[in-house]
Amino acid sequence: MLLKQLTEASGVSGNEKEVRDLIIAEIKDHVDSFKIDRIGNIIAYKKGKDTNKKLMITAHMDEVGLLVTDIDKLGLLKFTTVGGVDKRILVSKPVLVGKEKIDGVIGAKPIHLQKRQEWTRALGIDELYIDIGAKSKEEAEKLVQIGDYVIFKSDYIEFGDNLVKAKALDNRVGCSILINLIKEVTDVSFYGVFTVMEEVGLIGAGPAAYEVDPDISLVLEGTLCYDMPKLDTHLIPTYLNKGPAISLIDRTTVFDRKFREKITSIAQKNNIPYQYRKTSMGGNDSGRIHTTKEGSVTTTISVPCRYIHSPTSVMSKDDYNHTYDLLKAILSEFKREEL
Amino acid sequence: MDTKVLLELLCNGNGVSGYEHNLQDAIKSAFNRYTNDIKVDKLGNIIAFKKGVSNSDNIRIMLAAHIDEIGLMVKDIEENGFIRFTNIGGIDPRTILGQEVIVHGKEDLFGVIGSKPPHLQEASEHDKAIKMEDMIIDIGYSKEKVHSLINIGDTITIRRSLTNLQGSRVTAKALDDRAGVAVIYETMKELNKMKHEADVYFVSTVQEEVGMAGAIVSTFGINPDIGIAVDVGFGATPELSKSDSLELGKGPGITLGGNIHPGLRKKLTEVAAEYNIPFQMEITPGLTGTDARAMIMTKEGIPSLVLSIPLRYMHTSVEVVDMVDIKHSAKLLAFFIASISNENLEGLLCY
Repeated sequence: MLLKQLTEASGVSGNEKEVRDLIIAEIKDHVDSFKIDRIGNIIAYKKGKDTNKKLMITAHMDEVGLLVTDIDKLGLLKFTTVGGVDKRILVSKPVLVGKEKIDGVIGAKPIHLQKRQEWTRALGIDELYIDIGAKSKEEAEKLVQIGDYVIFKSDYIEFGDNLVKAKALDNRVGCSILINLIKEVTDVSFYGVFTVMEEVGLIGAGPAAYEVDPDISLVLEGTLCYDMPKLDTHLIPTYLNKGPAISLIDRTTVFDRKFREKITSIAQKNNIPYQYRKTSMGGNDSGRIHTTKEGSVTTTISVPCRYIHSPTSVMSKDDYNHTYDLLKAILSEFKREEL
Repeated sequence: MDTKVLLELLCNGNGVSGYEHNLQDAIKSAFNRYTNDIKVDKLGNIIAFKKGVSNSDNIRIMLAAHIDEIGLMVKDIEENGFIRFTNIGGIDPRTILGQEVIVHGKEDLFGVIGSKPPHLQEASEHDKAIKMEDMIIDIGYSKEKVHSLINIGDTITIRRSLTNLQGSRVTAKALDDRAGVAVIYETMKELNKMKHEADVYFVSTVQEEVGMAGAIVSTFGINPDIGIAVDVGFGATPELSKSDSLELGKGPGITLGGNIHPGLRKKLTEVAAEYNIPFQMEITPGLTGTDARAMIMTKEGIPSLVLSIPLRYMHTSVEVVDMVDIKHSAKLLAFFIASISNENLEGLLCY
């Protein structure tokens, strides 16, 4: 299954190769041309009916994770975070280190030797380390190098009422939807772009937009969902199972109102549920895309993901399918030159 | 069965203190091959008996390793189906955020302990640990469905599989103290190759983590001449002082302290030296946090020993042990048991 393969692949920002190879294998027979640009983005073109406007659909390939910074004398690995990782979710987790995916764990001091007030304080990154079972620095150095990337060890699991748990749902959901659009939509001309290093400052999207120079862009994402009990509804950015989330504003883009209304009217017309992304926090590739060259119009459409940026992100397959349906409906409007 | 296979089976299974029955069959069928008799007492302790060579008035040696693990328990179900929970046994709340769990309801149900997205956090939150009462478990069902599958009081364990690390080290949940159960299993195999005068009782005890109830009643029932708790000791890591910890791969810790019988402890170290078995000293001046704490106070008092397997990250779901230490612990126990006779026991116990 594609989403399982994508989420279990390793692709921390700056190290997207495994994900990129997987995507290219999936799309190469379904596009008219594709290239890997000089910073690692995939820019694919799919030819269909001629249209006046140039459409670009993007999804970032990278995920948040860790990077080995040192190996200590006991053979334990010190690390730093890549992208927005809450240090509090790292303790007591299994991880996979480097290209060979060596098993390791992030341990913690036994509760028995702690003072009670220690529990109230989050452990700092400098207090944590990865244990791969090496007996010495020399043994660890044979297996791991400073600069190796580390991913969470977390398998794709379906559970509950049509839900999925995986790591890196942000943004392999976007990648999966874009791959399927490339495979299944044959009569529309568009650029499918898979970007690098979104999580560390929207790096890949700018050069990709510069190259493609689109009139309209659709940015596909996994976005934050925090539908906790007893929260006031205005504090809930998105809900699970209420359909794709359409962005209003975030830290990088004030989304074009007319274009957003066009997107919601397409959803209504096709009876596809949707919701607004009701927070201004976070940001995505749209921030770079809409300000590249003379500027262009963008919208971001996201699958809500609970516990995002953790090893155990959760999404609804219904939301995923509705997001895909909405994208297909948008593409057919585009084909009729009505977007 | 290979001892590591049994260890994997036990660690991947579940048995939170008071709910150890799921593991009974696996232990009974493993122990059965190397012992003469097995019984399960009223609390769920599994007591396997291996007869010594002399036939009358045999001395009795009891080995205890606890089978229970720390875990969580369902406390409440929220309007949106999220589960509120509490802990059974000592758990650092910081080690459970973002974990995958199995809720042991009418069926085993997958869930995750949710975390707040970093994007929505204020800077002031970053350094504060999240309290257990502020966490939720998401099993992905509506309140009604959750109520049909789960009852208040159902236990919850972290979803984890035993994994090989480098060399002979492994990581799993519940190695405290299923590594101890593996040691007593390996000991019975070793003893099968030896002559021993003493009758040996191999006990997988229940509820150690919540007050040693299993050791209290099983020791009373067996009334051994010598009691030995096989448990885990703090494995050396950078944040622990050397005197608080045992190095992995360098043999079991032999506990030293007021509760440990000095004559027996001396004998144990002599046996280790005689057979070239590596060991370390573990210093516990007062009560040990093991089943030996119950043994020493049972009936007229039982002379007790503690053997500790070095284990890193105790009471987390990523505990680490070295299989070499399990082998060495079992060899030491077997040679020690074989060295005890009706003839020398009184001298050893003499103060």
